[in-house]
Amino acid sequence: MIPASFDYARPDSVETALAALAAGGEDAKVLAGGQSLVPLLRLRLAYPSVLVDLGGVSELRGVRDDGDALVIGAMTTHYEVMTNALVREHAGLLAEATGTVADPAVRHRGTFGGSLAHGDPAGDLPAVALAYGAQMVIAGSGGRRTVEAADFFVDYLQTAVGPDEVLVEVRVPKLGAGWGHHYEKFHRTAQAWALVGVAALVRRSNGSIAEARVGLTNMGTTPLRASAAEAALAGVDASAAAVASAADHAADGTSPSSDLHAQSDYREHLARVLTRRAVASAAGL
Amino acid sequence: MTETLESSKLVGQPLKRKEDARLVTGETNWTDNIQLPGMLYMAILRSPMAHAKIDRIDTSRAAQMPGVVAVYTGADLAGLGIPCVWPVTDDMVGPTFPVLAADEVRFAGDAVAAVVADSRYRASDALEGIEVDYSPLPAVIDMTAALADGADLVHSDKGTNKCYYWEFTGGDYAAAKAKAEAEGGRVFHRQYIQQRLIPNAMEPRAVVCAPMAATGEITLWSSTQIPHVVRVLLALVTGIPEQKIRVIAPDVGGGFGSKLDLYREEVIAAVVAGKLGRPVKWTESRSEGYQATIHGRDQIQDIEVACTADGTLLGLKVDLVANMGAYLQIITPGIPLLGAFMYNSIYKFEALHFGCTGVFTTTTPTDAYRGAGRPEATYAIERLMDDLAAELGVDPLELRAKNWIKHEEFPFTTIAGLEYDSGNYEAATAKATELLDYSGLRAEQARRRESGDPVQLGIGVSTFTEMCGLAPSRILSALKYVAGGWESSTVRVLPTGKVEVVTGTSPHGQGHVTAWSQIAADALGVPFEDIEVIYGDTKMSPHGMDTYGSRSLVVGGIAVLHAAERVVEKARRIAAHQLECDPADLDFEGGVFKVRGTPGAEKAIQAVAFEAFTAHDLPEGVEPTLTADSTLDPNQFSYPHGTHLCAVEVDTETGAVVIRKYVAVDDIGNVVNPMIVEGQVHGGIAQGIAQALYEEAVYDADGNLVTGTMVDYLVPSAADLPHFTTDRTVTPATTNELGVKGVGEAGTIASTPAVVNAVVDALRHLGVHDMRMPCSPQTVWRTIQTAAGASSNSNGAQS
Repeated sequence: MIPASFDYARPDSVETALAALAAGGEDAKVLAGGQSLVPLLRLRLAYPSVLVDLGGVSELRGVRDDGDALVIGAMTTHYEVMTNALVREHAGLLAEATGTVADPAVRHRGTFGGSLAHGDPAGDLPAVALAYGAQMVIAGSGGRRTVEAADFFVDYLQTAVGPDEVLVEVRVPKLGAGWGHHYEKFHRTAQAWALVGVAALVRRSNGSIAEARVGLTNMGTTPLRASAAEAALAGVDASAAAVASAADHAADGTSPSSDLHAQSDYREHLARVLTRRAVASAAGL
Repeated sequence: MTETLESSKLVGQPLKRKEDARLVTGETNWTDNIQLPGMLYMAILRSPMAHAKIDRIDTSRAAQMPGVVAVYTGADLAGLGIPCVWPVTDDMVGPTFPVLAADEVRFAGDAVAAVVADSRYRASDALEGIEVDYSPLPAVIDMTAALADGADLVHSDKGTNKCYYWEFTGGDYAAAKAKAEAEGGRVFHRQYIQQRLIPNAMEPRAVVCAPMAATGEITLWSSTQIPHVVRVLLALVTGIPEQKIRVIAPDVGGGFGSKLDLYREEVIAAVVAGKLGRPVKWTESRSEGYQATIHGRDQIQDIEVACTADGTLLGLKVDLVANMGAYLQIITPGIPLLGAFMYNSIYKFEALHFGCTGVFTTTTPTDAYRGAGRPEATYAIERLMDDLAAELGVDPLELRAKNWIKHEEFPFTTIAGLEYDSGNYEAATAKATELLDYSGLRAEQARRRESGDPVQLGIGVSTFTEMCGLAPSRILSALKYVAGGWESSTVRVLPTGKVEVVTGTSPHGQGHVTAWSQIAADALGVPFEDIEVIYGDTKMSPHGMDTYGSRSLVVGGIAVLHAAERVVEKARRIAAHQLECDPADLDFEGGVFKVRGTPGAEKAIQAVAFEAFTAHDLPEGVEPTLTADSTLDPNQFSYPHGTHLCAVEVDTETGAVVIRKYVAVDDIGNVVNPMIVEGQVHGGIAQGIAQALYEEAVYDADGNLVTGTMVDYLVPSAADLPHFTTDRTVTPATTNELGVKGVGEAGTIASTPAVVNAVVDALRHLGVHDMRMPCSPQTVWRTIQTAAGASSNSNGAQS
């Protein structure tokens, strides 16, 4: 299939992008890397009146060090994120998970902000942002506001970004020393979406697990934290048995969907197995 | 420097493909690249429903939309349909297959209307302007239910969903079964499911048709494997005189059987271009192709063997139910029959009974997909041999060796009546077991089972053969196939000594230009670079039966050889005349005729070609120009074989399967170009692994294609596949001069059972005896859970 016709705007600043969105009305869509939107257009599952392409907004690209956090521009590509020295040093989980997104072609086009703003719970990066407790900076006609990751993902393909707003940057807190990480992605082919993914950040202290943060990919209509497992992990011995026991709670409170490749009970099972593996790896076990 | 004739031979050398420099630098001519002045673009409206009555079609709004030139419905193109050229039985039910559905749609994606506009975008836009009122009818998806009494019907006027029942026997199966039972042997039955697959050629289908009003000619470019067959069928279907039709298959990016067809869009484009007097192009999108291009496989296989207590095979009974889809494409009904003679494979049986029931469902029509019938057959017999070995408690290789045809027994006439000319299953298997480290991996498997490792190891065996070189025309006649199986070539040495090889095969990725150049260069003694291969255009290469079924080398390549040899014989007469000797006194070495015993008295074939061109001094009865033809009808099929072994690791916690090692030892006889062979084997294995682990076309109960895009239909990429360890044994075919057998489908045929056997082998100790394809993680995990549940229940009952 080929897309229906649409108007195209290519602003060169956030300000002009917001103006273009406002002018386009409710059927205007933001085009970031296009890796999710363009297939929808080709299948005629979306009929935007105007595409506002952020590709020319250079202020939205790049990673900077802001003291206690990294600030990642929304239009920074996956490839730029995963190879960025600051990200690799201070946000290893993000670098690791980004390296598992789709394939090299997608990683060179797709953007960090685009992936988050699309709000697909099967995407790898929303769960990572959630595990980090990242902050999303959203620009609108009234200025900029900051939304916690926990409040950002509203529902399936729905985020806190309004139709006339643009996600401009993401603040990823530096966790400091003592944290280990691992992203455990389970998918059928190298390029496929995760059936389930588990993003684990673990701080070890004196032979026990001081704190664990576990983000779940594709276990509901939004990315989720495995809160029950996190609670069960806090303070336990850094042992395989203790991790396994805590990981049994990884699917508690989730309601994953069923589809061709995984029924919900299988997803719940995978969440438990993969959480065990991700946490054990992040804890250096 | 003197080279021996032997060392200068090009056949057998891994020469780089002549095709590739052009292909990888983008100097290509795909059908969709063709731009003609005044060209229009066609888009097809497709049914969103699996089965419905069309109550009304209103195209008036679409016809008014910007850029729209014409809109056609079934009523406008009434009488045009796709013929089936393989009516396998006299009473086969063959429904009319209109190019546009008129009264009823019968699968999701069925063609309903065609829009022609001045751009592809506007044609697509106009599809949304067509209003169709449908009254839903029941979808018919499940094959078994479709055959039951009172089933909802795909074609209500036919009174049945059964397309045909076809039967084939060799020996007396009942007697073999009775013998097994009398001797304390076994009768062992299994049911296997061949899931439906989508072929996924890299290049989607496309067609361009240019009419010439003054002469009534049309030129039709199509991404097809069969330009010659398309020309004949187009003439028959449209009534356009055959001599006015030119069909060109330009660069074609793969087919795997999916382009071995006459498609509705080709017919519509030809007719519509003629009506409008302007060129018309249609290009399929990937998701459109998932509905509009044929699917493969989709059979239920019931297979039963009777054997003695020690595992000596006696009888084989196969009952298939084969899904035709909603309509018959050109050879849909015949595909399962191509496997009928292969279920007995490399084994000696006293009796064979094969029956196949073709059934209509409201799904995309099936037809040939890489291997076409033979992968299905090989899967069933090789799965069964592994299962039977487990049942008997013997090593699966041992059971095979007990039953296969020994190398000294060739030629061997099988229970299916085919004469296998050559083979050496012992040699291929010995090499494969060594390359795999079969005994080492068996020891590791035992250790992992012992320790209860969550990751279990399994080894799968697939010893296979196939029939290639389609096909002796007399056999096709016996099978009620409407056409022949010959192939044609013309070899011309031009006045300047350069060579044109015209072939009737129609390469779409296989490398015929390179391989045919190697054959002709050896036969003519001319440089490889001096040869041009001409193909894929019915005006340039007027005779051919095209490319499919691993036939090109064994039939078409031998035709090239014969034509080249005839050129040499003609040149010999001219050279002898000019060198004033008897033709028999000439040696032909490295392209030069030399008078035996007279050093210096010689003439190169290039010089002879110039003499043949000037025709100033030719011997009596020899006509000018140095050219010759060959049209070859093969006497026999060829029978490549091989042993593929696969070791997998199965994560019993998640169900994930990882291929640890894959060994393929193929015996395809002599090899023309080892590098091309390697590519064919790799791609073939990948496609077979895809069936084993990844791919399945799924319809829901309403007949929607759930796997409508590549997000859900999982085609593995290189990143998902292991390193392949490939090797060969060489047992030359005795039925052709080159000793070649064909390799286009071997990997696909062999690999699927090797992989599934390995998965089952890894889990057999957990109570797993079968695994439905594709062996997806979820399927593997559930099968383990079910087996564990069954065994804990039975344990509970005992305690």
